[in-house]
Amino acid sequence: MNPGSSLLATIIPLPVLLPLLGAGATLVLSRRPTLQRALSVVVLAVVVVIAALLLVAAVQNGPIVVTVGSWPVPLGITLVVDPLSALMLLTSMTVTLAVLVYAIGQGVYDRDEATPITIFHPTYLVLAAGVANAFLSGDLFNLYVGFEVLLMASYVLLTLGGSRSRVRAGITYVVVNVVSSLVFLVGIALVYAAVGTLNLAQISLRMEQVPPGTALAIHLVLLTAFGIKAAVFPLSAWLPDSYPTAAAPVTAVFAGLLTKVGVYSIIRTETLIFPDSEVTQTILLVAAGLTMVIGALGAIAQADIKRILSFTLVSHIGYMIFGIALATPLGVAGAVFYVVHHITVQATLFCVVGLIEGVGGSTSVTRLGGLMRASPVLAVLWFVPAINLGGIPPLSGFVGKLGLVQAGVVDGSALAWILVAVAVLTSLLTLYAVTKVWVLAFWRPAEQIPVPEVPDETAESEDEYGDEDEEDGAGRPSRDGGLPGAPAPRTGTLTGVRAGTARTIARQEANTGAEVDWPVARLAPADGAPMLSGRLLGAPGERVSSRLPKVMAGATGALVALGLSLTVVAGPLYAVADQAADDLVARTPYIQAVFAQTVDDRVAR
Amino acid sequence: MTSPIVLLALIGVLYAAGVYLILERSLTRVLLGILVLGNATNVLVIVAGGRAGAPPLVGTAPEAEMSDALVQALVLTAIVITLGVTAFLLALIHRTWTLEREDDLTEDVEDRSVRRRLERGEQEDEEELDTTGCENTSDTDPEDPDDQDAGSAPAPARATTAAGEATR
Repeated sequence: MNPGSSLLATIIPLPVLLPLLGAGATLVLSRRPTLQRALSVVVLAVVVVIAALLLVAAVQNGPIVVTVGSWPVPLGITLVVDPLSALMLLTSMTVTLAVLVYAIGQGVYDRDEATPITIFHPTYLVLAAGVANAFLSGDLFNLYVGFEVLLMASYVLLTLGGSRSRVRAGITYVVVNVVSSLVFLVGIALVYAAVGTLNLAQISLRMEQVPPGTALAIHLVLLTAFGIKAAVFPLSAWLPDSYPTAAAPVTAVFAGLLTKVGVYSIIRTETLIFPDSEVTQTILLVAAGLTMVIGALGAIAQADIKRILSFTLVSHIGYMIFGIALATPLGVAGAVFYVVHHITVQATLFCVVGLIEGVGGSTSVTRLGGLMRASPVLAVLWFVPAINLGGIPPLSGFVGKLGLVQAGVVDGSALAWILVAVAVLTSLLTLYAVTKVWVLAFWRPAEQIPVPEVPDETAESEDEYGDEDEEDGAGRPSRDGGLPGAPAPRTGTLTGVRAGTARTIARQEANTGAEVDWPVARLAPADGAPMLSGRLLGAPGERVSSRLPKVMAGATGALVALGLSLTVVAGPLYAVADQAADDLVARTPYIQAVFAQTVDDRVAR
Repeated sequence: MTSPIVLLALIGVLYAAGVYLILERSLTRVLLGILVLGNATNVLVIVAGGRAGAPPLVGTAPEAEMSDALVQALVLTAIVITLGVTAFLLALIHRTWTLEREDDLTEDVEDRSVRRRLERGEQEDEEELDTTGCENTSDTDPEDPDDQDAGSAPAPARATTAAGEATR
C-alpha cells in the first residue's frame, strides 16, 4: 500500500465523523444561530470535498478499505469505498449541502429565530452522518446502525414543530420504519446464524456454501426490510402519507436520500451477497413494474403537489429496482446512474414546491394559478427538473431511462420486455402528472382559479380543532369571528392576497374592501397577520411576497444547475456507473480489497 | 447441538403477540407491540449466536467453550436503539393526546378528500378540482350526505359567478 492510499484511508471515516462532531458543536452553539449555520455549511462542504476525493480515488485505484481501530478484518468494523458508495456519497452530500443552504434561507426569510429551530442543524448533521455511514459500511450490522442513526434524525426532522398533521404523519412513519428495522435485525440474526459473520465480503464468500433454500429465506427477509425503506410497491404505502406534511427542505432531503439508502442496500445485497438468485430477480422485476405503474397512477390522482411528487418518487424507485433485478452490468449501471439523477431531481422539485408555497400560498393545484406571470423565475425552476423527471431528451432523466430500457432489451426475456414497456408508459404518466401541475398552477390565468365551495353547516364541528392547526388551507370559519359553535360565517374579508392566488380578484376586491364570497386566498386570522402554512416549523411566517427569497431561490437554482450538469457530464458519469456496475457484478474487487487488509486467520474464510 | 426449543417457542409467542398489538388502532398498544417485537428479535439474535457457554473472558475457559460475545454486543446496541425509539414514540403519543384528546390514529385528510372525489364520481375537471380545494373546511364527515350534496350541486354555480365578478 502506497502512502497516498493510506492518507485516503485516513479520510474515509471523516464523512461520518465530521457531521457527528458538527452536530455536537451546533448543539452547543444553539444560542448563536449565525455561527451554527456557518458551522453546518462548512462541515457539509468539507464532506462534499472529501467525497469527491474518494470518488476519484475509488475510480482510479479500485475499492479502498479502512479497518476501524485496526482490528483484523472479519472482527472489526470495515469501511469500504468503492465507486458505487463514493458516487452515492458525493451525490447525496452535495444535495444535502444545497438543501441546507435552502433551509437556512427559509429560516432567515421567515425570521423564526424565536422558534426552536436550533434543533434543526444538529439533527440535520446527524442525518448526514447516518447516510454517510450507511454508504461506507462494509459490515451488515454497521449498515443497520447507519440506518438507525439516519432514521432517528429523520423522526425528529419530520415532526419538527409538533403540529397535528406532522405528529399524525410522524407516527405512521416511525412505526413503519421501526418495523422495517426489526425485520432487518431479524435478517442480520439469520445471516449470522447461517454463516457466522457480518462482514459483507466474508458473507458473500460463505453464502455460497449455504443451502439454496436457507439462502433464499435470508435473502427474502433482507429484501423485505430494504424494500420497506426504499418504498418498493407493496411496501410503499407509508411514503406518500408521511413525506408531504414535513417542511419543504426536510421533504426535499428525505425524498432525495432516505429511499436511496434503501435502494443502495438492495444493490449491495443483490450483487455482493446473493448474485445468482433467479427467484428474487423475478420477484424484483414484478415489484419494479408494479411500483412504477401504481406510483404514477397515484400521482395522477392527487391534487396536492407535494403528494404528486411523493407518488412520482415511489414510481421512479421502480426504475432503479428494474435495473437491479436485471442483474447484468448494463442494468446495474443504469440503476446507479438513475439513482444519481433521481436524488438530484427529486430534491430539486421538493425545494421548488417550497418556493411555490411561499409565492402562491398553497401547494394544491386546485388553488394555484397564474404563477407563470407572478414569477417567471419560479416557472423555469419548476419546468426544468419537471421535464427532467419525465425523461425528455436530452436531460439526464432521459439518459437514465434510455440506459435501463437498453439493458432490458439486451436481456431479452419476456418479463424484461414487459418491464421496458411499463418503463416507457410510466415515463409518459409521470410527464402527465408534472404537466398537470404546470398547466394548472403556472399556465392557468389567476382569474380561472375555481372558488372553493362554501363550507356548509358541518364546518362548525371543526371548531374544536383549535389554534394549533396549521393545515394548509383557507382560514377556518372559527378564526374569522363568531363564537365557538355558532354557524360559520359565509363570507370573509380578503386581506392576505398574494400573487398567484387569484391576484386579479384580489386587486379588484380587496382594494375596495368588498367582501368576497369565500375567496381563494386566505382569510385574515384574528390577529390580522396573514397565515403562511408549511414553513419550517409549521408556524406562521411573517412575510408574504411574490418575490422569491434570494437564498432559497439561489439554492434551488444551484440544484437545478446540478441536475443540468448531470446531463452535460452524462458521458463520464455513465462511465463511472459502468465501472461501478462491472465491479459490483464481478464481486472480486470488493472482496479482494477487504481481504487485502490485515486478516485474522483464525476466523477468516 | 440441541436446539433451544424453549427460546424458539418464546420467540414465536412474542412475535404473535407483537404483531397482534401493532395492528391495533390504539397508539399505546402499538408501542407495546413494538416493544414486544423488539424483544422477540433480540432473543432471536441471541439464539443465532449458538449455545450458551462459558463467559467469554480470556483465560477463564477454553475458547471452544465460550459463548459468542458478538451477538450480545449486537443485542446491546439493538436494545439502546429500541430505547431511543420508544422514548420518541412516547413523546409523539403524548403530543397526539394533547392535540386530539384521543389515543387513536386519526384518518388522513388528503385520503379523505381523494375518497370524496371518487365518491362524487365523474364530474368535469374544474368542478372536481373545485371541491377538493377546501377539504380542510368542510371535510368533517365523508359519509355525511349533506356534505356531498353541498359539494356537488351549488359549488359550480358559485364558481362561475365569482369568476364573472372577477372579470367584470
